[in-house]
Amino acid sequence: MVSDTDSQLKALDEITRISKQVPYFMDKLALSGINNFNPVGLEIFQVNFGKLCNQACKHCHVNAGPSHTEIMDRRTMEYCLEAVNKHNIPVVDITGGAPEMNPNFRWFVKECRKLDKRVIVRCNLTIFFSGDEYNDLPVFFAENRVEVVASLPFYSADRTDRVRGKGVFDASVRGLQMLNANGYGRNGTGLVLNLVYNPSGAFLSAPQKQLEEEFKRELYKGYGIVFNNLYTMTNMPVSRFLDYLMRSDNYVAYIENLVNAFNPVAAMGAMCLNMISVNWDGYLYDCDFNQMLDLKVSQNRNNHISNFDAEFILNRNVKVSQHCYGCTAGAGSSCGGSTA
Amino acid sequence: MEKTYYNAEDLKKFADIGDYQKEMADKFFDWYGEVFNDGALSGKEKGLIALAVAHVVQCPYCIDAYTTDCLRNGYSEQQMMEAVHVGAAIKGGAILAHSVQMMNKVKNLTL
Repeated sequence: MVSDTDSQLKALDEITRISKQVPYFMDKLALSGINNFNPVGLEIFQVNFGKLCNQACKHCHVNAGPSHTEIMDRRTMEYCLEAVNKHNIPVVDITGGAPEMNPNFRWFVKECRKLDKRVIVRCNLTIFFSGDEYNDLPVFFAENRVEVVASLPFYSADRTDRVRGKGVFDASVRGLQMLNANGYGRNGTGLVLNLVYNPSGAFLSAPQKQLEEEFKRELYKGYGIVFNNLYTMTNMPVSRFLDYLMRSDNYVAYIENLVNAFNPVAAMGAMCLNMISVNWDGYLYDCDFNQMLDLKVSQNRNNHISNFDAEFILNRNVKVSQHCYGCTAGAGSSCGGSTA
Repeated sequence: MEKTYYNAEDLKKFADIGDYQKEMADKFFDWYGEVFNDGALSGKEKGLIALAVAHVVQCPYCIDAYTTDCLRNGYSEQQMMEAVHVGAAIKGGAILAHSVQMMNKVKNLTL
């Protein structure tokens, strides 16, 4: 398994030698006339609360699971709050693992809301049923006006369960119904419920709008579920999914597909140009995927939340490798869906 | 030279057919692209038809390409297999329908 960062980076480097169709990502940018791939702003502050999760999905780039102990402590969260407050960063995007399992999760959300930040929580839905202490999360979310981004690989049980485990689809449906019952996704409430789709294998997503229409039709017809937007995300060739690609002999063809679908417009809308990503241990990255490859924003003291320097962050060079083709293929891919 | 008649890598060379007859190849690829655009049928529906036809004409390249296309477009495995059955039914039915010709000939030739 290519789980350690060195093996992953080596595999991403070697692909340029294995396939003539895969240039280095930076070279591809330059060939497309993009010579300046630097931040344009800092609107999104993404916080990864750690690898602890109630699920262990096959495609998970975080390699998260129930046995992990790496979670963000309260002091690191305090540094995060100081940073978003001091530098007027409007959006706090909380992810994991299952971030709700962090004992300081609710405190952090409330503190962000006190600062009047837009708070996004990336929720796997099944967490609501993973213990009594999580049953009231939909109520907590609604009370704190949290924007929920929920993962749902597909609108059918077989394909969802194949990726996320047996019974996950049924639990996800119940979770979405609980969110709907608390006003999420319903007109006039202002409570936003967005779903995230990622392909259940080594292929790219259909257009976001087409899939959104199908998800809305099928989930309403089958289960009475409503939601606001569907975000399509490309499976990134890192961590568990990279391992799957290599084991299934799909690695080269998959990266070639990403390269052939390279879209410079999607590249210019890449999320890394407008965000910073904080790992559970406080280190700073350009995105959640760079976290998994341990590509920190720098090797100096500015790479930790305890020394957060917005000026440095805005003027940094974004760290890229061949996994970045995942965000620039077709209509693009980001934590907020398509970018082009 | 490959030692097999079919090689998955050859699919990437499809565009090279223009090397020997560019004008016709250009016309073919333009037309091909147009066929699969959304029209009275959606591009998604056309992909499922293409999957069935790919099986009928037994083109391994087309089967690879349109299996991927159908997965990408959200078709379930059951839907894809039903489409293949439609192709098989037409192919099988065509064979059996031709047996009428055999029966006609038998009747013509026998006392």
